[in-house]
Amino acid sequence: MSTILSAEHLVRTLPGEVPVTLVDDVCITIERGEFICIMGPSGSGKSSLLYLLGLLDVPTAGRVWLDGEDTSAYGEDALANRRLSKLGFVFQFHFLLAEFTVLDNVTLPMRRLGRLDETAAHARGLDLLARLGVADQAGKHPHQLSGGQRQRVAIARALANDPLVVLADEPTGNLDSAAGGTVRLILRDLAHELGKTVVAVTHDPAFAAAADRRIGIVDGKIDADWRPG
Amino acid sequence: MMIQLQVALTHLTGRRRQTLVSLTGVVLGVAFFLAVSSLMAGSERDFIKRLVDNSPHVTVSDDYRRPRTQPAELRWAAGAVGISNVKPQTETRGIRGYREKLAFIESLPGLRAAPVLAGSAVLTFAGREQGVTLWGVVPKALESVSTIQEKMIAGSLGALDANPNGIIIGQGLAKKFNLGLGRNLSVTAAGGGSRAMKVVGIFRTGNANYDESQTFTALKRAQVLFGRSNRVNRFLIQLDDAYAARAVARRIEAVIGYKSVSWVEASEDILSVLVVRNTIMYSVVSAILVVASFGIYNTLSTIVLEKTRDIAILKSMGFHARDVRLIFLFEGLIIGVIGSLFGLALGAGLMYALSQVQLKPPGVTDRVFLPIWWGAGQFALAAAFAMASCLLAAYLPARRAGRVHPVEILRGAA
Repeated sequence: MSTILSAEHLVRTLPGEVPVTLVDDVCITIERGEFICIMGPSGSGKSSLLYLLGLLDVPTAGRVWLDGEDTSAYGEDALANRRLSKLGFVFQFHFLLAEFTVLDNVTLPMRRLGRLDETAAHARGLDLLARLGVADQAGKHPHQLSGGQRQRVAIARALANDPLVVLADEPTGNLDSAAGGTVRLILRDLAHELGKTVVAVTHDPAFAAAADRRIGIVDGKIDADWRPG
Repeated sequence: MMIQLQVALTHLTGRRRQTLVSLTGVVLGVAFFLAVSSLMAGSERDFIKRLVDNSPHVTVSDDYRRPRTQPAELRWAAGAVGISNVKPQTETRGIRGYREKLAFIESLPGLRAAPVLAGSAVLTFAGREQGVTLWGVVPKALESVSTIQEKMIAGSLGALDANPNGIIIGQGLAKKFNLGLGRNLSVTAAGGGSRAMKVVGIFRTGNANYDESQTFTALKRAQVLFGRSNRVNRFLIQLDDAYAARAVARRIEAVIGYKSVSWVEASEDILSVLVVRNTIMYSVVSAILVVASFGIYNTLSTIVLEKTRDIAILKSMGFHARDVRLIFLFEGLIIGVIGSLFGLALGAGLMYALSQVQLKPPGVTDRVFLPIWWGAGQFALAAAFAMASCLLAAYLPARRAGRVHPVEILRGAA
């Protein structure tokens, strides 16, 4: 396996009268095809670490390497380009755009990237929705879908540009156990069958149990990092 | 379709009522801007056309712009003594050697000139008197520089050639004195010359004052009446290009020495009033569009507030800040384009309605239609101003949207 994502002495501090350190000197190396869970109590800095690894936030100190590139010197546009082409996000709330159809939501990143024309983007969008079992919902709007279906559409959108890494922030946190189980299996299969790297922040022990590697965070620092079994 | 444009359209169609209100503001703004500015441009052009058509483009008079240099000043040019209150030499007024000077003027390209001797006279008929301006003219030459022949309602200018004692009067005077063609009246010039003359023509310009106070006779007859043989006191000049009047007047004055005044110079005060009027008019009609642009600003600001989470999602996917700005600028542009199109159509309707309105201004005998200028420039100006207002109104919300930091929003949403 080769390293796809790594962090060197990552620090994220919120400025203010009393500065708050969210992530404190984190070093981590993530290999291709790994299914990783980041766990920890509320406010421990799990999501902040995920946002830094996902190039959504800029570290106060330290570096993030993605696919062999040091991203620390990149500007806002360069980071956005990397998010568009190499990363995919799934959030606790599906965050689908309400006025767009399911298919339009999935094709949005493809159309922005511009590698595929509109017809090809639609075909790929339908294929992704089919793989996630929601192809029959393609013409509907998000409010017409169940929570589990919406999250599957969100995963399809995250996969739209065939990313190297999928980052998920509490992807099952808002779902019942059955829907949560389905999403968990989908993310695991992404890593094990499609070779995607999946990094998920979760409180869900069942979700964590399915992961190849678990990282524990406490007070912004890595407290534990182990591979079960 | 560009993805940014599709998002913009989705935002606007998702908020139909607010979009419609913004659109109505732009439509009304453009329509009133167009109608009022076309009316103003029409009246300005009508005014200038009347000015240009009804008066000579250049008038050369028997005056000098500066007093003539006195012999003493020529002899002692560097002298320290000033000369003032010099009594001018008494001489017959008029342009000296007018034929040579007229020949020079006529040698210039693109113009027609007519010699005129004008002066005050009193018309007497059946015991009634009326002070008038009597123009001694060469009918053929006057026809080439004036529209008076077109205003004749009885007789013709050419009749002055056939009848050396003929006089042409205005309809107002004819009515006042109850005169008709062929009637005789007495004309007494300011210099004391008097003669019985026959009415050989009647004109009507529509300007009541002009029709009561202006009369025409043959140049030779006027020279006799005013006691100024072989003199004229004006050259009336009409140009092919009225806007070249200032340069032509300057050239003529430089060569012949007599004061040459272009219509632009003569009307400078009126033209400057038009500039002030235009400034006021454009300020007022622009205010309508400015108010409309506040409506757009309000709509787009609300959309930015409501869609902050969506903006954060788009940015998390990899949309750039400029993509987000473009979305909101597109929204302003769409409102501007649709609003301008409907506004121009409504404006054209208003212009047509205004062009049907008839008025009878004081001092004018005929009813006139409101002058409307249908120039493409007015349409382009209204649309351009609307587009600029819409884009400006969209710019601030667009900039704010571009600055949305996804992490702050996603953290808050979670």
